[in-house]
Amino acid sequence: MTNIDHLLKHTCEWLRGTGPNSDIVMSSRIRLARNLEKMPFSHWASKKLEKEALEILETALAGTELTRSALAIRMSEVDDVDKQFLLERHLISREQILHPDYKAVVVGDKEIISIMINEEDHLRIQVMQSGFNLQECWRIASRLDDSLHKKVKFAYQDDWGYLTACPTNAGTGLRASVMLHLPALVMTKQISRVLQAITKLGMTARGLYGEGTEAEGNFFQISNQVTLGSAEEDIIDNLERIIRQVIGHEENARKTLMKQNRETLQDKIWRANGALRSAYIINTKETMSLLSMVRLGVDMGLINDIDRRAVNELFILTQPAHLQKIEGKVLSSAQRDVKRANLIRRRLEGR
Amino acid sequence: MLCDECGKNKATVHLTEIINEQITKLNLCEGCAKTKGSEAEQHFGIADLLSALSDVETQPATPSVSGVQAGPLPKNKCPNCGLSYEDFKKVGRLGCSDCYVSFKASLTPLLKRIHGANQHVGKSPSPTVIKDLKVSDKLRGDLDQAKIDLTRAIKNEEFEEAAALRDKIKFLEKKLKEHTKV
Repeated sequence: MTNIDHLLKHTCEWLRGTGPNSDIVMSSRIRLARNLEKMPFSHWASKKLEKEALEILETALAGTELTRSALAIRMSEVDDVDKQFLLERHLISREQILHPDYKAVVVGDKEIISIMINEEDHLRIQVMQSGFNLQECWRIASRLDDSLHKKVKFAYQDDWGYLTACPTNAGTGLRASVMLHLPALVMTKQISRVLQAITKLGMTARGLYGEGTEAEGNFFQISNQVTLGSAEEDIIDNLERIIRQVIGHEENARKTLMKQNRETLQDKIWRANGALRSAYIINTKETMSLLSMVRLGVDMGLINDIDRRAVNELFILTQPAHLQKIEGKVLSSAQRDVKRANLIRRRLEGR
Repeated sequence: MLCDECGKNKATVHLTEIINEQITKLNLCEGCAKTKGSEAEQHFGIADLLSALSDVETQPATPSVSGVQAGPLPKNKCPNCGLSYEDFKKVGRLGCSDCYVSFKASLTPLLKRIHGANQHVGKSPSPTVIKDLKVSDKLRGDLDQAKIDLTRAIKNEEFEEAAALRDKIKFLEKKLKEHTKV
């Protein structure tokens, strides 16, 4: 069993389905971008310097309290299924898969902390929490950042703050994001209006797997766009205010649906529940949209024989690489559709 | 191995792509890789955004004071990493942290347009940390590097170098101990 296989045995913190507003907020995340002074960024560095940056940062992380016992994975040493598995768990980015040489990820206990080395920036520190809990993410990320400052010298200028490969991240290097489950806003066709408003307020909205992905399963990731000119606490505070409004809108939409379209809503939820419990072949896309309805049913107290955590886990366990890890072998798309249906039936029946 | 695209030349470039959640591998010759590469570049959103934003004239990196810049590097390249502002406009990423100094004149309006601000507020490396870095971090950094070199030397069975590195590590550890006592 490789070290990566151990991850499969545990539920990551952000899927626990607990924490503030966890009926609507799946998870909160803080990302900090940091770079070594003068060292060329990964995309521009020679192999030799890329390797040097990797070794410096691996050493620094191995000597830091919060990451000392973390799992360090070099991307060049894992196979394709494992790479995709890490991507599905939100531990690495596509960039790490496409150019695996001299790239690594360091994964902390319960997958709360994960740090990518030699991504677009030398370090991408990520901290995740279940529910609406950006403050706790920031506390952990900042503490880790403080201890790393004692080990390495990060690129910093008084006027432009922390310097990053892309100027869109300069300043604080901070991206705060919240993953929201907004099925009622989608069903009542209010979602595009809400997303437009968010964009106007300087935030961006993306799908479950970040940049360029569809909003599958009615999940939307909302994050700050501007990183220079406001302090970290203010950026987080600003995003929190907006998220609270979105949560309010989703709550209202759920109440309206219950009041005005109760039968339609219940029909959708119970059909989804029935289909998932009886399907023998199912693809990822259908799974995501049906699971979204079941999660809504659980969150609204309609479905009581399964908990939110079990539904959350299914969103990730049914992804292609997860299924292959569970089965312990490479599966074709058709084989996965059968295994996926099988897994869902078992899990929903509590087995 | 022959190129997957033309099937004629020897494949020297190995690409990994993610299409429909599946990882696919491509083995290409140099010519086909270049064609593929420029296709990939066209997908790149941030680069487009940046080149649209940065219509400001490219400024020379540093004025050629006392002829220091008159070497082989053209003036509009970052002296630390060799990236030009044209390269940056193409890929949307800078080459190193010094690029922010080298292209300051062009980046000032660009950052202002992206963020609506030009002055960082918030967390900074605390002065005590910087002081500590200046005095002892060089030693720590050298020590870490020496340890890495030692592992490599042993692996490559370069025993003479390994012995020298072991002495260096001892010396650095002693120095560091002295410093932290003060």
